[in-house]
Amino acid sequence: MQVTITNDPIDPAAETAALARDRTDVGALVAFSGVCRGEEAGDSIAALTLEHYPGMAEAEIARHVEEAESRWPLLGVRIVHRVGRIVPGEIIVVIAVASAHREAAFAAAEFLMDYLKTRAPFWKREDTPDGARWVEARQSDDAAVRKWGQVTFSRKK
Amino acid sequence: MKLLYFAWIRERVGKPEEDVTPPGSVTTVGELVEWLKGRGEEYAHAFDNPKVVRAAIDKVHVRAEAKIAGAREIALFPPMTGG
Repeated sequence: MQVTITNDPIDPAAETAALARDRTDVGALVAFSGVCRGEEAGDSIAALTLEHYPGMAEAEIARHVEEAESRWPLLGVRIVHRVGRIVPGEIIVVIAVASAHREAAFAAAEFLMDYLKTRAPFWKREDTPDGARWVEARQSDDAAVRKWGQVTFSRKK
Repeated sequence: MKLLYFAWIRERVGKPEEDVTPPGSVTTVGELVEWLKGRGEEYAHAFDNPKVVRAAIDKVHVRAEAKIAGAREIALFPPMTGG
């Protein structure tokens, strides 16, 4: 598992290829990229600014990767999330998953993305022609995460 | 204990973090938020709708009923919008 939070542009091809390098047991590679849109609800978006909770963001993503690894037979996971200023067309997040067969990689990638949207401590601010505004959480994202059932992590002392 | 604020809660409070010593009657995250509301206009504005406030104790999500005893770091923030 590799979880990275970065201010720099993300290369999804490199993240995906790294999962299959020097091994021959990988039969499926699934990579999801979340991309910054230039329009939201009719307003043009000049840029997004992503804020995160350092330390918790990495830990929370890692906890969900461990949960995914307990649910599906995975051979590798790499997640890269960008923070700071991001302009339309640039990638915000990449989730790459490797497994022997496609079902596990597809499912785990969707699970991880649904959790990341609602549980990982990141916040988006949009720059619009009317000024900056914080993005509101979507109910559809809450609905998406519920289909995976209960995931609870206890506080470690 | 150390409090951290993020996104628009950070903007409304006007600072990213601070050290506070709440009175002994404040035992849960929900009570902490209520206590913070009484600390000034900026706090009242930041926490005017406690239902949308999310919290983490020592970097793990918790609910409003969670006990704060022994917490080193409590973060308060709006619903997350990453990904």
